[in-house]
Amino acid sequence: MGVVALTVVAVTAIVSLSITARAPSLKVATTSSLYDTGLWEYLEPRFEERYGVKLDILCVSTGIALEYGKRGDVDVIVIHDKAREEQFIAEGYGVDRIPFAYNYFLIVGPPDDPAGIKGLGPEEAFKKLMEEGLGNPREIKFVSRGDESGTHAKEKAIWEAADFDYETIRKAGDWYAEGGRGMGPTLLMASEMNAYTLTDMGTFLAYKGKLDLVPLVGEGRILLNVYSVIAVNPEKHPHTRIEMANNLIDFLTSSETQKLIGAYGVGDYGMPLFMPCAGAEPEQ
Amino acid sequence: MSEIWEGLIKAVYLIVSLDPEVLEIAGRSLRISGTACLLASLVCLPLGALIHFHQFPVKRVLINVIQALFSLPSVIIGLFIFVLFSRAGPLGELGILFTPTAMIIGQMVLITPILLGLTISALSGVAKEIVDTATSLGASGFQITLLVLGEARYAVVAAVIMAFGRAISEVGCALMVGGNFKGFTRVMTTAISLETSKGELELSLALGIILLFLALIVNIALHRLQQR
Repeated sequence: MGVVALTVVAVTAIVSLSITARAPSLKVATTSSLYDTGLWEYLEPRFEERYGVKLDILCVSTGIALEYGKRGDVDVIVIHDKAREEQFIAEGYGVDRIPFAYNYFLIVGPPDDPAGIKGLGPEEAFKKLMEEGLGNPREIKFVSRGDESGTHAKEKAIWEAADFDYETIRKAGDWYAEGGRGMGPTLLMASEMNAYTLTDMGTFLAYKGKLDLVPLVGEGRILLNVYSVIAVNPEKHPHTRIEMANNLIDFLTSSETQKLIGAYGVGDYGMPLFMPCAGAEPEQ
Repeated sequence: MSEIWEGLIKAVYLIVSLDPEVLEIAGRSLRISGTACLLASLVCLPLGALIHFHQFPVKRVLINVIQALFSLPSVIIGLFIFVLFSRAGPLGELGILFTPTAMIIGQMVLITPILLGLTISALSGVAKEIVDTATSLGASGFQITLLVLGEARYAVVAAVIMAFGRAISEVGCALMVGGNFKGFTRVMTTAISLETSKGELELSLALGIILLFLALIVNIALHRLQQR
């Protein structure tokens, strides 16, 4: 009886070990708005083949990506919030911020645009949404990411630029909803609720077929959306794979990959989801 | 409503065509939850017997705490295991975060209260006289434990079935400590979560149906144990 039990335990241990043993991979925490568009799944096999290493991609929001980077649980982070990226590097957690792609944020909403924000600038549109939403919360709704993502940070920045205190907005009323999900699910939610939301262009185009939303506001300096890659600082976390992280940075900014990024989505959506900007901050 | 019907059709198609990615994540779900259930049972079944048949001052309190932990959300366990095994955490050097091992540990913690609590209540039907008789006949502690668990095997196996169900269906812990890496830590539940967030509803429903189908097979197998 004891022998049987011991065999079972041994087999279990071996089985569980065998599903853990594996060559070390490069761990990347990426913003959901890059992942939901399928860009990572498109680039992943090319990187893996070129450098002979497995890419493990954590698809999360910018907030937790920064946390993983600070803790050293990943080797690279790829996010889109310049202010927090610079703070991350200033605090010594990251080596350098390398922009590699950009697009624009859009304010999208129901086709009949009950709040009448079409064509306005982003700050005016938000002001109008606040006024109309307070007056008519059953018909005018806004869904926020509410998850400390890069998109959420941009949303807060627009509210601030429109002279609103963000905490006031959160308590403003039923018209403002915080979803707490990634970009894709937030768009699906806004579509279901006939609501407005702020989205990056890439995810919106990728999800268009599943949504009843249209772009309403797309012009404005503040809507620039830049994706950057940052290697986790090996001085803070010596076990991270800095050489392979730098390989990923080289890969993303290489002319070959930049061309692929610029062409991504054109076949399926009629226009590129991202614009390449190898290593440099894009001009408006 | 048509999504449910289409999900069913897609499920059948994925099973019949032996879709490699589905096979891979189904196999991983079974291995991770099966290992967690087996290892946790090896510890909790004897421990439950021990707790049941001994009197000690805080016994009532301990059983209450165990039963309260039935409601422990999997995402909280995930958070706890994450903080423990994160590089910034006490056991970070082991490099276990974002591996199947961490997921097994998480699920073991998740199902321990269930296994302990339900084993203890399963044994409430076993007469103390059996223990006394066996002891007087010279049985060792190990032999008595096996005897007692065997007497209550129907309810004990039911506890194991319940624990397995809880393990294979949980998603909060698996996502948090596993990372949902394709080809390494992606399991049925985390795949369903990902596909749902992408709006792929038929695929999610199909995966859910397959998961239930797997659970049915495992239950039939474990049921045989109950009958013996």
